[in-house]
Amino acid sequence: MNEAGYRRERLDRGIKVRTDDIFALSSYREILYLTLPRLAAIAALLVFPLLKGVTGIYWQNVVLTACTIALLALSWDLLHSVGLVSLGQAIFFGAGAYATGFFSQHFGWPPLVTIPLATAVGAIFCTVLLYPVLRLRGIYFALITFAMPLLLTRVIEATKILGGNVGMSGLPPLSDTPLDLYLIITVMLICVFGFRRLFDTDYGLVLKAIRENDRSVMAAGFDLQWYRTQAVFIAAIPGAFAGAFLTHYYQFAGLPAFSIEYSILPLASAIVGGPGSFSGVALGAFMLVPLSEALRSFGNLRVVIYSIVVVVFIVILPEGVFNYLQRKYYQIERLVPMEEGGNGQRANIAGS
Amino acid sequence: MDSGPILRAVDLCKDFGGIRAVDRVSFELQKGETLGIIGPNGSGKSTLINLITGFVKPSGGRIFYQGRDITGIAPHKAVMLGMARSFQMPRPFYNMPAYKNLVIPLFSPRTRRLKGGRYGDRDEVAIHLLEDMGFERDSNVPYQPAGVLPHGYVKRLELARCLALEPDLVILDELFSGMSMSEVAGVLPLIERIADEGKTLIMVEHRLRELFRVVDRVIVLNFGRKIAEGAPDVVMANPEVKESYLGSEVEFSA
Amino acid sequence: MWVAPPLKGGSNKIMGSDALIYSVLIYGLVNGAVIMLTSLGFSLTFGLSGVANLAHGGIYLLSGCLAWILLNTLGLPFLPAAVITMVLAGLLGAGVYWLVLQRVRGLALSEMIVTFTIGIGILEFLRWAGFVTYDFNLPVIIKGSLTIAGVIVDYQRLLVIGVGVLIAVLLWFFSHHTKIGLALRGMAQDEYTALSVGIDSDWAAALSMALGHMIVAMAAIMILPLGLISINVGYDVLTMVLAVTILGGLESTAGLTLASLILGYATAATGMYLNPQWTQVVYLAAIVLVLALRPSGLLGKFKELEERV
Ligand SMILES: Nc1ncnc2c1ncn2[C@@H]1O[C@H](COP(=O)(O)OP(=O)(O)OP(=O)(O)O)[C@@H](O)[C@H]1O
Ligand SMILES: [Mg+2]
Repeated sequence: MNEAGYRRERLDRGIKVRTDDIFALSSYREILYLTLPRLAAIAALLVFPLLKGVTGIYWQNVVLTACTIALLALSWDLLHSVGLVSLGQAIFFGAGAYATGFFSQHFGWPPLVTIPLATAVGAIFCTVLLYPVLRLRGIYFALITFAMPLLLTRVIEATKILGGNVGMSGLPPLSDTPLDLYLIITVMLICVFGFRRLFDTDYGLVLKAIRENDRSVMAAGFDLQWYRTQAVFIAAIPGAFAGAFLTHYYQFAGLPAFSIEYSILPLASAIVGGPGSFSGVALGAFMLVPLSEALRSFGNLRVVIYSIVVVVFIVILPEGVFNYLQRKYYQIERLVPMEEGGNGQRANIAGS
Repeated sequence: MDSGPILRAVDLCKDFGGIRAVDRVSFELQKGETLGIIGPNGSGKSTLINLITGFVKPSGGRIFYQGRDITGIAPHKAVMLGMARSFQMPRPFYNMPAYKNLVIPLFSPRTRRLKGGRYGDRDEVAIHLLEDMGFERDSNVPYQPAGVLPHGYVKRLELARCLALEPDLVILDELFSGMSMSEVAGVLPLIERIADEGKTLIMVEHRLRELFRVVDRVIVLNFGRKIAEGAPDVVMANPEVKESYLGSEVEFSA
Repeated sequence: MWVAPPLKGGSNKIMGSDALIYSVLIYGLVNGAVIMLTSLGFSLTFGLSGVANLAHGGIYLLSGCLAWILLNTLGLPFLPAAVITMVLAGLLGAGVYWLVLQRVRGLALSEMIVTFTIGIGILEFLRWAGFVTYDFNLPVIIKGSLTIAGVIVDYQRLLVIGVGVLIAVLLWFFSHHTKIGLALRGMAQDEYTALSVGIDSDWAAALSMALGHMIVAMAAIMILPLGLISINVGYDVLTMVLAVTILGGLESTAGLTLASLILGYATAATGMYLNPQWTQVVYLAAIVLVLALRPSGLLGKFKELEERV
């Protein structure tokens, strides 16, 4: 089967060896194989905004939307990793949107001030709002995240604050499209890799542990509610940023910011991409958003489609597309030359 | 404060719906002492432990720890004060490698405070600790997900989890149950060492022979009430205790 | 929606303050019964099988639309239409369990995601299918009204109170005093023990889903005639369930009743004195207040389960 002098080796050999027991250094070539997909994706994202002439405004818009949804999905996935299901990512989005709308309309501050400010204020607002429910069992968190966007919508309608039914329009825009796009792409990449790093630390380990077995985490002396609060705050940041950003992009903040679409699309992205892997979640957004844009003429039927997609994925491929692809990619075998005589272990593996 | 008992329970009660799981139990425990809690199934031993460590809120009575009233304390605060407990049904973090299970308690606010901020590489400390517990360092057992460990290892992991917290008071809920004779023989010296180090120890146990090798004193519970207390041989001679154990398959001989 | 007071805008100027108080008293009870009846199905499924059926609002509205189709398109008489609707809703519940929920059983997070998306899917499908205009309403069962202490109450609302109380009592009896109810409740608390005493937990859960759906369908048939069928109702139902559960807890019938009454009176009072639009603000305020002051609910029961360590 093997060609003479060559043997087959799976791409993930380096990883397998490292995580199983021995800490083996992999060659630059192994590293390259493993990071290639990642680098390709990053490169594509960074080049894309420059290609406006080629792709046209439509696709630039799609990528921008995909990035915002990816941010919301990342936020969802972070909460999911701590064992909290958010059924209303729209509260984070809406909080950011309304905060930035309020600051720019009332104080006339430029977006470069209001977006960071709204991110912080929106995140704090959501954290305070959700704090009490973190003491209770998970279902209450899910229910309250679901109900909050609806309730806030009704409250704004009834009290007519923050523009009431009409919303706040005529907000200042950000800048030219390539810069907008670079901003959101950068923030998204920072979140993807930042969250991954976070979950590799001991702190992240505790967060993951809360999801797996909160009793043991309590027995280890951690204040569950406090750690969950931190997780909610961290998760609220990208969500609120997405809201603030898109508000200035559309120059409008209003009730649509709390719409169900900002809740279900991130959730669907995360489920499709692969909950638990932040890159996968972002990938999910980049798969679903173009689809969603293509189906725009179907109106509400799109939401029905997301729902079906979510249910199908949870039942059939709960690990998500990303983990599936990753597994398949690592299983690709490459041919490596066999060293003659030399390194015994390598020859052994090849022989077996 | 230092001269008084490390733990004092006064008239502890707990009702679950209609059942009274713990009924006016009082006892004292001196620093460095080892106490056994025994009793037939369902007599309220685990509930008593849960009350002390804050996992269940008492319906009545008080608990004092080092002279402080800690009735109804939150579990994580109890750990901060120096209590560590094992669970009767250990539920490790199944998806994490065994040694990562210990990184969590090693990262806990209590251990961080004791050691004065970050110390060493927690993974390394965790593996040391597991080796102490009889996980073979050079095998890959410490690196395997906790979900695939054999029962004996899970129990030892549970013990390691408690010790990682550097506790003053160790509470072990049926550590030996489900372990083979040889596994128990392997763990017993570890527990004797805890006692020798001057830590205070409470053990809930059905395997009396092994228990009596470790503890100075036992409390016997039956239907939530304390029916006897004292040195092991004295307590086992008590007719009421014999009565309560009658028909159950627990061995008597100490 | 149904919480609208009998006299529209500015009613307080027309009515004397006495009449206003009486109407708050009576309509508070009506609203309470409405809220209780709508939440019962959810609470039943959760209490019996531990499944948080977030498709509740979707099922509620779907039942309403089904009943509408049976009555208007197929021209069936009321009673068969109601029965068929309930049976279909029940079958749907069991079907959802067998096809989907069973595969994620025990993964509480996935269970919630699945039921939530199914509910949203149903609601948005109905919106797309066009159940949004003003010609969709169900007929009342008994026409006519009654004047109590100067307040006009129609029979349908009285019927809602009656049925609400009846079902609550029946369910309480079922789950506390019948063998199968006790067994189901035991299962929700401790599945392994239940398995070992010979309860098939899959059947039990499917049954509880079916029962929950049937009660939701009945609630829809009883309550929807009081207003229009609109998609927002489906979303509001879940908000209401949330408010009730935060206030009174999920498992206890007593807590649920108490919470429904409190919310009923609160919404009736705001509806009369302020503006019906403000009722949602009442829910929000109730939720926020209870969470801030007494997170374990009014009767403080629903954290008990968590304590089994
Ligand atoms: N969370 C709970 N809810 C309701 N009842 C409980 C709960 N925890 C314990 N009980 C009941 O309290 C009683 C005492 O239980 P406990 O677990 O303390 O007994 P135990 O002495 O530890 O028994 P074992 O030797 O089997 O571990 C039992 O009847 C049990 O069913
Ligand atoms: Mg026990």
